[in-house]
Amino acid sequence: MPDILKAPLTVEFPFTRSLGPVQSAFLTGLRERVVLGVRTGDGRVLVPPVEYDPVTAEEIRDLVEVAPTGTVTTWAWNHEPRRGQPLDAPFAWVLVRLDGADTALLHALDAPGPDAVHTGMRVRVRWAGERSGAITDIACFEPYDGEPGRLDGHTGEFEDPVTGIVAPARLDYTYSPGRAQTGYIHALAERRLVGERCPSCRKVYVPPRGACPTCGVATAEQVEVGPRGTVTTFCIVNIKAKQLDIEVPYVYAHIALDGADLALHGRIAGIPYDRVRMGLRVEAVWTEGARYPDHYRPTGEPDADYDMYKELL
Amino acid sequence: MTREEAPGEREIAVVAFAQTDHRRTSEELSEVEMLMPVLHDVLGQTGLKTADIGFTCSGSSDYLAGRAFSFTLALDGVGAWPPISESHVEMDGAWALYEAWVKLRTGDADTALVYSYGKSSPGSVRDVLTRQLDPYYVAPLWPDSVALAALQAQALIDAGHTDEPALAAVGARSRSTDNPHAQLRGPVPQGDYVVRPLRTGDCPPISDGAAAVVLAAGERARELCARPAWIRGIDHRVEAHGIGVRELTDSPSARLAAERAGAFERPVDTAELHAPFSSQEVLLRKALRLDDGVAVNPSGGALAANPIMAAGLIRIGEAAARIHRGESDRALAHATSGPCLQQNLVAVLEGDPR
Repeated sequence: MPDILKAPLTVEFPFTRSLGPVQSAFLTGLRERVVLGVRTGDGRVLVPPVEYDPVTAEEIRDLVEVAPTGTVTTWAWNHEPRRGQPLDAPFAWVLVRLDGADTALLHALDAPGPDAVHTGMRVRVRWAGERSGAITDIACFEPYDGEPGRLDGHTGEFEDPVTGIVAPARLDYTYSPGRAQTGYIHALAERRLVGERCPSCRKVYVPPRGACPTCGVATAEQVEVGPRGTVTTFCIVNIKAKQLDIEVPYVYAHIALDGADLALHGRIAGIPYDRVRMGLRVEAVWTEGARYPDHYRPTGEPDADYDMYKELL
Repeated sequence: MTREEAPGEREIAVVAFAQTDHRRTSEELSEVEMLMPVLHDVLGQTGLKTADIGFTCSGSSDYLAGRAFSFTLALDGVGAWPPISESHVEMDGAWALYEAWVKLRTGDADTALVYSYGKSSPGSVRDVLTRQLDPYYVAPLWPDSVALAALQAQALIDAGHTDEPALAAVGARSRSTDNPHAQLRGPVPQGDYVVRPLRTGDCPPISDGAAAVVLAAGERARELCARPAWIRGIDHRVEAHGIGVRELTDSPSARLAAERAGAFERPVDTAELHAPFSSQEVLLRKALRLDDGVAVNPSGGALAANPIMAAGLIRIGEAAARIHRGESDRALAHATSGPCLQQNLVAVLEGDPR
């Protein structure tokens, strides 16, 4: 059993999200150092504001300004900040009920240590130096023992309102393909193609995933297949993919390797794209130093009979 | 299919349950390789083959695997040819079980296979779970799952419902289980703060694991299991997304789900609670009105093993297995999802009178 393969895998998206009227007003307000809430039908003020009453589900639009000062309703000391969190140095997570609000906002509190934090303590917003209309325009909260912040009675009407946010999301993984696919990838590096045979139906699956999808049982018996095979079906790709150094048009095909009971897919080269056909006999081509076949090329054999591969379409 | 019964009257039972040994990592196995022995186990317990199963439903999350449509690969372990009736929820398997229960109640199927799995080892689960949060106001701050649970724990402490020694006792009791599948058993140091007031011992282990359950209706259940665990009621409820809107020292959704599932009609002798943090068990005991006479989490619960997306289904399975073994007559099973017990599912299970 060779070592199980592992590789870093980063999944990263810049989610672009549009804002409704209430979220737009709130985030534009933060850009302008104004905190807005929304009033529900029964007179409660929700901060951060939402577009629908959490109790009645009625649409709510009645924006009201609240103070940038408030009271901690609960807290948790975070001695080891993680990537993306508001402060690099140890801080307290806090829920803060701003003066004038009935609900609490989650954010960070900059405090020297856990002994300096307690439920009920007074805090105020510390604004970020550069603000763009995002929750991070509040850099954090800081301890505050003064009067409640003054209100200007802002209506929530802004020139040049923020209408969207870009929320980057990044997660890091260490991907491992498991036993069966590790075996397949190791064999590829040795320029061999292997499948696994189902102990029940005797079919050979390639690439193997450790299970027979028909019988639902584990597969383990490794079987060498190919390197020659038959094109069972194909398509002609006319659009160039980003970061892919292959001239279009090219052919992408399902290839039934000799000895396999499932077709895998690969690119066909070494033949004009408009000469590729069902039944074409091909073989895998490894380029210098490659761990896997770069493409498949014609072997020059006569085409396979349709009856030979029709079950593998 | 038995059409004589009115569909709404059909009795549905858990007739088999299996789970993996839960481990910190199972990198040598793909998801389907991890899952398959569990599927074979429940089918073997009932003598059913894939072709006999009327409906299959699974729960898992792409965010744990870091790959889109990751559940489709796991289907290889089910044997989905010839075609089967199948569905998937991007939730804990307890919610897949709920969907299967509805399917059986309608009379569309007599048996169902429910499975779920989670491999937390490839990623950082504290960070992964931030992606289920409000993307406008909360997720950009990256508050991790322990931080959010810690805010709730502090609120409980401030309200006088618990204190740090009481939380430590919850963790210690959970890990004193003799459950052979548990990842953490025996004395585990309470450890340092992860996010204060929660220490290592108050937090669940990071687990890879899978579970599967077979459901059956009416007489079919009696054929497949000597003592079926009848689902007398099942319900799930959700609270507002914003945690600053919720009353963090209470769990009205868990209580309402329990009420609608009939949990308060008669006492239960066992409760399997899906409480990944010690503070959440304190809260759920209160919300679900469980007194000291109830055996809470004899399996060790999520503090002993927490395969995300399977830990809730395991609670239903563990409760059912106690009924199968005659160790319980009426059990409550609970599953949760989302930060600070946002979503809660409660099932009430009973064995036939002895």
